[in-house]
Amino acid sequence: MGYLSRSLTDSGQPDLSYKPNISRNITSRLLTISAGFFAIISVLPLFLVLSYIIIKGGSKLSLQLFLETPPPPGLEGGGIGSALMGTLILTVIAALVAIPVGVGGGIYLAEYSRGKRFSQFVRFGTNVLSGVPSIISGVFIYGTVVVLSNWLFQRSFSAIAGGLALSILMIPTIIKTTDEGLKLVPEDLRRGAFGVGASRFITVMRITLPSAFPSIATGIVLGIARAAGETAPLIFTASFSYFWPARSFGDFWSEGLLSPISSLSVLIYNFAGMPYDLQQELAWVASFVLVIMILILNLVARWLARLTTR
Amino acid sequence: MSPKSDKLYELRRRRPSERFLDVGFKNLFTILAAVVALLLFAVLYVVFMGGLDSMGRYGWGFLVTSSWNPVDDEYGAGAAIYGTLITSLLSLTIAVPLGVGTAIFITENIIPLKIRNLIGLMVELLAAIPSVVLGLWAIFVMEPFIRPLLEILHQRLGFLPIFSTAPMGPGTLPAVLILVVMILPIITAISRDALHQVPTSLRQAAYGVGTTRWGTILNIILPAAISGIVGGIMLALGRAMGETMAVTMIIGNSNNFSFSLLAPGNTISSMLANQFGEADGSQVSSLMYAAFVLIILTLVVNILAQLMVKRLRLKY
Repeated sequence: MGYLSRSLTDSGQPDLSYKPNISRNITSRLLTISAGFFAIISVLPLFLVLSYIIIKGGSKLSLQLFLETPPPPGLEGGGIGSALMGTLILTVIAALVAIPVGVGGGIYLAEYSRGKRFSQFVRFGTNVLSGVPSIISGVFIYGTVVVLSNWLFQRSFSAIAGGLALSILMIPTIIKTTDEGLKLVPEDLRRGAFGVGASRFITVMRITLPSAFPSIATGIVLGIARAAGETAPLIFTASFSYFWPARSFGDFWSEGLLSPISSLSVLIYNFAGMPYDLQQELAWVASFVLVIMILILNLVARWLARLTTR
Repeated sequence: MSPKSDKLYELRRRRPSERFLDVGFKNLFTILAAVVALLLFAVLYVVFMGGLDSMGRYGWGFLVTSSWNPVDDEYGAGAAIYGTLITSLLSLTIAVPLGVGTAIFITENIIPLKIRNLIGLMVELLAAIPSVVLGLWAIFVMEPFIRPLLEILHQRLGFLPIFSTAPMGPGTLPAVLILVVMILPIITAISRDALHQVPTSLRQAAYGVGTTRWGTILNIILPAAISGIVGGIMLALGRAMGETMAVTMIIGNSNNFSFSLLAPGNTISSMLANQFGEADGSQVSSLMYAAFVLIILTLVVNILAQLMVKRLRLKY
């Protein structure tokens, strides 16, 4: 009973005091310190990236930049106005496609399917689709929409193709959050609605969807935030343009949607590789604007998520 | 209810329009759900058909040769496939200890809850930064900063094949480092959720029999949370394989095969990002073939992730 004799005090009572010098306590402390060190390393990139974006991008920010189109390589002046507008247009197109499909699919999974094989299949498909690399959605849209519009209208890259490529990335997020949000709605509410004679559709529209709204909205906002920052699917679907999406509002519907469109993210990618200071500066400014937009969207999503827990 | 009626309530038949609406929307939702599931197969089908031409022409040899010559119509994705695997696996080996360590640090009560939540929030915000912005940062800030370190690595350990070339800016190792930054938040967030779900009673029981903090973590908490953590790691692996922009901007996009991590390399996704826009003819087909390989790789990883989460799940 050697180990017992060590843990007895002088008076013969068991010694339960903490002994900092035992090897296991030393190991434990060392591991704690290294975990803390890892945590510091993990948050370091955020600070470094944000501070450089603010220093290099935020300092160059001016209102003028939002009113001009990006300068072609080697030229002076210009701004990121058309790229910001392009990002907004692409994101709106993506949202217009992804929200109905995602929310509708989510409603089916949570409200209509009863653990059938088909719904398992849809859930599996959604999970796998969310793991498909974003560039693949660009390849897919290139192989379908771009090739088709080339054949039909002799146009290749377009805002529509870019928006559709982004929507493929948004759909899995939205369908999952809708499904999960609707499942959290207490079954009593549904039974209550059925009890007073509501049809299933009315129950979904008036009772379950409104009560799951915050979590669905969170998913939508997160999906939009992700789509706004995506580049890979846009390079060969929406491509890039040095001009405004359209000369006038009317032009946009006829021409702008079928023409290549610029976006902040593709601007950053294209200009980062150029050997001109001005273009590189604009890439930093575009990063600043993009990151601010996305961080705000993320904070909105957090705020919405907090509504759910209440 | 009219006051004349002596019944408490009246039953009413649904109007046909109501029933039509009900059934119509049910069908609509079913179709939308089917669209989502079919989307996956449509993606697989389109990319497979696009690559079919090259699959027939180059066969399996495409996967191991690494010539990429649009002039002579000779294509092989060996270097890109190797690059995809080596960058994702290396970044995983660095990111797993960092991510799981951070997750442990912010789920244990070592420091006040407020600071822990702040760290968690910051890691999540890191995930929100677009990869193209990280790529920009990697080109202009990270790479110049680490280049002297890489030079030392080359001078001291140059006899190893992995450090055998002099660093010249873009390369595989900087790409690995930026991938670490990208997948760290995924591993941390999912590990954190998994650790949170371990019942408190397990921890209390471990402390009750006199275990130290790390005795508890290593023997009780981690084994109980392992299914979630492994799932997170596999998801991160899938993400690392498919990650495009940051890698494309910093890896150098050279299709010459090299064991050296300091030399420029290539991944499937960076090859696609670089060449797809200007490609035509058999180059498009070859890129589609490479894209199909990438889909299969990520599919296998993602499906394995889902299976492993099920298999490793402990029952308490």
